[in-house]
Amino acid sequence: MNLQLRYFRGNLLQWGTVFLTALVVVPLLIIILFIVVNGFSALNLDFFTQELGSPARAIQGTPTGLVASIVGTIIIDTIGLAIALPFGLATGILMSEFPEHPFASIARILVSTLNGMPAVLMGLMAYALVVKNTGGFSAFSGAVALSFIMIPIIARTTESVLRITPWVLREVGLSLGLPRWRVTFSLVIPAARAGIITGILIAFARAAGEAAPLLLTSFGNNYLTLDISEPMDSLPQRLYSLAISPYKQWHVLGWGGAIILLLFVIITFFIGKMVNKQLEKNSARLINIKQEEKGNE
Amino acid sequence: MSDSTEIRMETKGLGVLYNKTHYGVRNVSLQFYNNQVTAFIGPSGCGKTTFLRALNRMHDLSPEAQVEGQVLLDSEDIYAPQVDAVVVRRKIGMVFQKPTPFPTKSIYDNVAAGLYLVGIRKREILDEVVERSLRNAALWDEVKDRLNHPGGSLSGGQQQRLSIARALAVEPEVLLMDEPTSSLDPNSTRSVEELIRQLKDKVTIIIVTHNMQQAIRVSDYTAFFYTGDMVEFGLTKELFENPKHPKTQEYLSGAFS
Amino acid sequence: MSSPQDNVVSGKQVSQLPAIYRKPGDTVFKFLILFMSGVIIFLALGMGVILWIEGAPTFSKFGYWDFLVGTKWDPIAQIHGALPFIIGTFVTSLGAIILAIIPAIGVAIFVSEFAPKWLAELINYTVDLLAAIPSVVIGLWAIFNFAPVMREFLLDPIFLWAEENANWLLPFIGPNGPSTYNLFSATIILALMIVPYTVALARDAINLVPREQREAAWALGATRWEVLEMAVLPYATSGIIAGVLLSLARALGETMAVAMLIGNSNRLPLTLFGPAATMPSLIINEFREAVEEIHLTSLMAVGFYLFVITIVMNLLATYIQKRLIKGRTL
Repeated sequence: MNLQLRYFRGNLLQWGTVFLTALVVVPLLIIILFIVVNGFSALNLDFFTQELGSPARAIQGTPTGLVASIVGTIIIDTIGLAIALPFGLATGILMSEFPEHPFASIARILVSTLNGMPAVLMGLMAYALVVKNTGGFSAFSGAVALSFIMIPIIARTTESVLRITPWVLREVGLSLGLPRWRVTFSLVIPAARAGIITGILIAFARAAGEAAPLLLTSFGNNYLTLDISEPMDSLPQRLYSLAISPYKQWHVLGWGGAIILLLFVIITFFIGKMVNKQLEKNSARLINIKQEEKGNE
Repeated sequence: MSDSTEIRMETKGLGVLYNKTHYGVRNVSLQFYNNQVTAFIGPSGCGKTTFLRALNRMHDLSPEAQVEGQVLLDSEDIYAPQVDAVVVRRKIGMVFQKPTPFPTKSIYDNVAAGLYLVGIRKREILDEVVERSLRNAALWDEVKDRLNHPGGSLSGGQQQRLSIARALAVEPEVLLMDEPTSSLDPNSTRSVEELIRQLKDKVTIIIVTHNMQQAIRVSDYTAFFYTGDMVEFGLTKELFENPKHPKTQEYLSGAFS
Repeated sequence: MSSPQDNVVSGKQVSQLPAIYRKPGDTVFKFLILFMSGVIIFLALGMGVILWIEGAPTFSKFGYWDFLVGTKWDPIAQIHGALPFIIGTFVTSLGAIILAIIPAIGVAIFVSEFAPKWLAELINYTVDLLAAIPSVVIGLWAIFNFAPVMREFLLDPIFLWAEENANWLLPFIGPNGPSTYNLFSATIILALMIVPYTVALARDAINLVPREQREAAWALGATRWEVLEMAVLPYATSGIIAGVLLSLARALGETMAVAMLIGNSNRLPLTLFGPAATMPSLIINEFREAVEEIHLTSLMAVGFYLFVITIVMNLLATYIQKRLIKGRTL
């Protein structure tokens, strides 16, 4: 095979990869475009202040909106995060700071298994544990379901961030006579603060977009409520119902909800990337300092 | 073979500039004689590996490195604009510090890898070249019954000889070796050094080594590099017994490494 | 850099410190940490147990095997069999991964080997962003934009053509004509959704290939693409395969977009352009309206089978990756 042919073949295949990349990237841009265009026109004051109410309202043209869903999302997700934080952080600390303990390796396997579990199963479990035992669908059960999703993510990101903090920190703390818990809380965690917060943000954003578990637990509510023992609406769950409904007006609201969720996701995505970049710069600086020190020895 | 006073390869003012700021190696003009082994010695960071890699245009892969000067193989500059690096590298082969057989390929396919590239498919030709190359690399007897085993299943010394066989299979004019025994145990080191002595009848060899004794054992000519300059060059015997440059004397007496 | 294990003082080292350095706070700390981490263990093991307990009435009524292969799901007649949904799950997931492999590897190659840094970063951001978009949002777009367009410009024309020229195809693509929400469209969207995961895993596998391997290929006189073929892709294969399997495991559990597109029919999915259902889509579709206890427990039982399938897929992926790496002995 002569050289020309070899180059030609290589170029052909290279352009093939360009084509495939476009095949993947273009649909994403189309999706974002449609959501932005359609969603934007759905956003108005009513959207943010009115309740959904019954279908009759939409058909008659009375103002309707998704205030119940937006407020409900904030309430349910925040409670879910509050539940998930201690457990997720604790597990992350276990895997990173106590790697010699048998629990740690078990936890690692289980965390990665849970990270791959379908969210709908988390919903079923929360239904069995909470809804069945508290007499009905409630915002609280939805929060529990979301916490099931957040805990493994927080555990995983916390562990990886803690592992990256330089060993020197713990060495210094222990040699000063500090007990282990102090070393962890006063030295290691503050050093890893940015990464941990990013991890929490990622977990929160991920759970905020899940509809399946909420459909089975917090169920949804066409009206605004602040009572967490009652069914409560939330955006992703509501989006599903709106999309499969037959009412044109509700479809429009659906686009509006979609653009809000999309914006939320994009914002947290970029915050996460920016923090990661900063973290990389920091650890690169630390590595350089360490290398310089080694060189001076 | 041919006359061993014939110059096979030569550099004129060869230098490698990094990030437009500092020279890894500077203004080196050397001659490499046919069927002879030339060794590069010098302390770490002296530029000997940088220089070696310029000889088969490996720096083309590093955007931050700029090569200056000429490298003439049989009087033709390999850096001339119309010359394709891919073609150059078939004539000037390289063996690296870490043995790098392709782990997913069989021993046979490893050796034949270079031949597959140019589209040689005929079983008879491949069989013949594979056997010849493995024999030249002193590996044939050890692997002839398991040619279809994966390349990663060999010991370190064997893997390095496999890498050498692979490089030899494409029949290069010159073979560059970058510290080929530094990751091997003493026994494997011995067999590779023995191999080098035998191979020079077939191919001109240039070897970078951090081990002075190795240079004495295997090479005919030696060049001493220091902080980016080629300080002294000559017949190995003369350079080691009668070093002329003070830095060479210091290095050989172990003042620094 | 030291290994991750070096980074942490071992428990042994701590317990060898003089007693004044070990305060009672440490015991409490450790206990708390262990207790709270116990939740993870509870979650993981609990899920299987709870789903199994909840589904028990169904299992005892129909039996594990008969429920698994039962083809009839009729809540009104109180007969339940999971097969249509198991098949639906596998057909959509396998179809999606088959569609997604080549584009995903293509993107991974382009980004790792050919694209200039700025472009590679941009594409990586875009692909990662796609992974972050909630399934329900993609489902919404697909319901309103994708599915109708697919039907009008692809499915209907194909169907009409088949009616004229390839009658034998009709049973496979829906004897009564395509429906807007069908197995085929759902599979395509599912493929789009798992591409980002496959790209990320393939990308990692490619970046793990050591420099020396590439250099060895260059040194033999290979062109850029040949270096890829000779040194990079073979080395990355096991990682890519593991990535594919993990993406498949992911696809099995994908719920919302599939539920919105697949048409939700409870019969065995025998036609490509006709409606179907998957295990997750069934649960979402019917759970809220389920009234009879046997209906609910059957949905839980389906959830249990989904749990088992997911675990098995994940184990398979890990096992295959280990096997492939062993086979090379490097």
